[in-house]
Amino acid sequence: MQLLLIAPLLIPLCAAGITAIFWSRPDIQRPIGLAAACLLLGSSVALLSAAWAIGPLVGQMGGWRAPFGITIIIDVFSAIMLVITGLMAVAVAIYAMGPGAVERDKAGFQPLFHSLILGVAGAFSTGDIFNLYVWFEVMLIASFGLLVLDRTREQIDGGLRYVMLNLVGTIFFLMGVGLLYGLTGTLNLADIARLAPEIENQGALAAVGVLLLIAFGAKAAVFPIFNWLPAAYHTASMPVAAIFAALLTKVGVYAIIRVFTLIFAHDTAFFGPIIGVIAMATMVTGVFGAASHYDVRRILSFHIISQIGYMLVGIALMTPLAIAGSVFYVVHHIIVKANLFLIAGVIREEGGFFGLRRLGGLWVTKPLLGLLFLIPALSLAGLPPLSGFWGKFAVIRAGLEAEAYILAGVALSVGLLTLFSMIKIWNEAFWKAAPVAPTGTVKGDEPPATRWTRRERAASYVPIMALAALTLTIGLWTEPFAALSMAAAEGLLDRQGYIEAVLGTPQLAELTGGVE
Amino acid sequence: METLFAITIGILVAASVYLFLARDLPRMLIGFILLGMAVNLLILVAGRIGSIVPALVPAAETALLQGTANPLPQALVLTAIVIGFGLAAFALMLIVKSQRLMGTVIPEEMGEAEGDEAATGVALPGEPDRRKDAA
Repeated sequence: MQLLLIAPLLIPLCAAGITAIFWSRPDIQRPIGLAAACLLLGSSVALLSAAWAIGPLVGQMGGWRAPFGITIIIDVFSAIMLVITGLMAVAVAIYAMGPGAVERDKAGFQPLFHSLILGVAGAFSTGDIFNLYVWFEVMLIASFGLLVLDRTREQIDGGLRYVMLNLVGTIFFLMGVGLLYGLTGTLNLADIARLAPEIENQGALAAVGVLLLIAFGAKAAVFPIFNWLPAAYHTASMPVAAIFAALLTKVGVYAIIRVFTLIFAHDTAFFGPIIGVIAMATMVTGVFGAASHYDVRRILSFHIISQIGYMLVGIALMTPLAIAGSVFYVVHHIIVKANLFLIAGVIREEGGFFGLRRLGGLWVTKPLLGLLFLIPALSLAGLPPLSGFWGKFAVIRAGLEAEAYILAGVALSVGLLTLFSMIKIWNEAFWKAAPVAPTGTVKGDEPPATRWTRRERAASYVPIMALAALTLTIGLWTEPFAALSMAAAEGLLDRQGYIEAVLGTPQLAELTGGVE
Repeated sequence: METLFAITIGILVAASVYLFLARDLPRMLIGFILLGMAVNLLILVAGRIGSIVPALVPAAETALLQGTANPLPQALVLTAIVIGFGLAAFALMLIVKSQRLMGTVIPEEMGEAEGDEAATGVALPGEPDRRKDAA
């Protein structure tokens, strides 16, 4: 059990180490990377079924009793996030064997990719706020490396913007952690949650909450600190952009959900309206930003921001349905958004460009790609019966039940604008006739130098089809996924259960091998 | 002692904010490093300062004695320093690379990742090319 708990950390760590040893041997790196991703997915599914059956799984690292050591705690929410991380790792590991694989692997894609997965998995499974900071840094430094993999001018420019803003974000996080330690004298999340309502100086605690909100908000790209995302994501190579779009911002969302349900849950009256306003502003600015762009990658980048707003609604309202809606939305969004980025890469291979004005006629030449694009695109916009509809349905219904009519109204209309954006991509890239002899070159949007091979085509299409099938499954057979989200929400709102699980139950002694 | 720390942290933060307002990246990076130092001091103070007894367990004891200094903030600060150093080194390398590739360390002068071209694609035949007009 103890080993299974840290399997999501051990597997990517070993994979990163081994692929780093075989630095110049992509033929060895790729199978190892893919195997590690599959193992990660398998162990995460095992963890999810265990957490579903017996509640939060807790392990104390090194046998140090909580709250003195570092706690690893995997509840249903963490386990869901780990499963989706494993899924994305597999999909991107396959996709990364597609066009451009040789250059990427030479530049060190594999070790960095697994380090990134390590940081993400660590952030999802830790129960210690300083440890969370460390995992954030692991993830961040790996993402820096991945972003500037090709070392082009465009990437260095985008990378600098990304690096600078995120550096400041981490400092805010550290500041929040330091002040929280000063207030409570502990770093264990469960212990902090136990002490937080009893702190005399609630004003100082609220200040810490705001600092953490800024720090996590910078990672999650919420209004008004989202600028780094559309400046950087479209410069990365497509597998990297897909894994970023899937996981990086969601780690920020995860941290917001975790910390605000645990530590600041007693102060909803103060944080609820703040997060609600941020959520609305994030939705609106993201979707309007997307409307003005004509590069597929940039449109998709802005839509990440817009969708983050929906995920925050749950924390703004703090009702079980709203939080379940947020959890469902995160899962749906990760699958759909990663898939859209993967498809953008294929659009470039098939159509030659990322820029919508130079694309066209793909529906005639590649009808399968058109169908595969429509599934995640319409799901993102929230059309029934796709997965996005249920996510939006839960979030908006929770908003109406909580009488937050403005919030629900904004969420509805942003869905409509999202549809407009997706239809724009559809019209320009697939429906309209191909423009006559597109001329001129644009930095970062040169047509691919060589035609792709059958193998590369297969590596690109297989993950896209699998993720599209998953989107359809979630949409048509929603019940188990909704039940999982509800269980995650109940676990998140059950603070006492979390605290007891970490700070002393018989299960704890058993897990730590009887070290007491 | 806390007052002295508070004033020092305040000065460091003020200096770093001033540096963040600069247009060029090396200054911003120095600002980041100073801000990191300020936060390290903050963590040290948050762990309560005052005791000068080293956090060592005497040979005959099994736990720390009363009144020893708090070792945890020192461990945290050590971790934060290492991480901050790594991040700063990486950012510095990026800045050096941008100087080599683009000949500038001022973000507004780069305009590689953002700007009209990236936003709108390229002008279609018959449409005025805005890049030429600008040049």
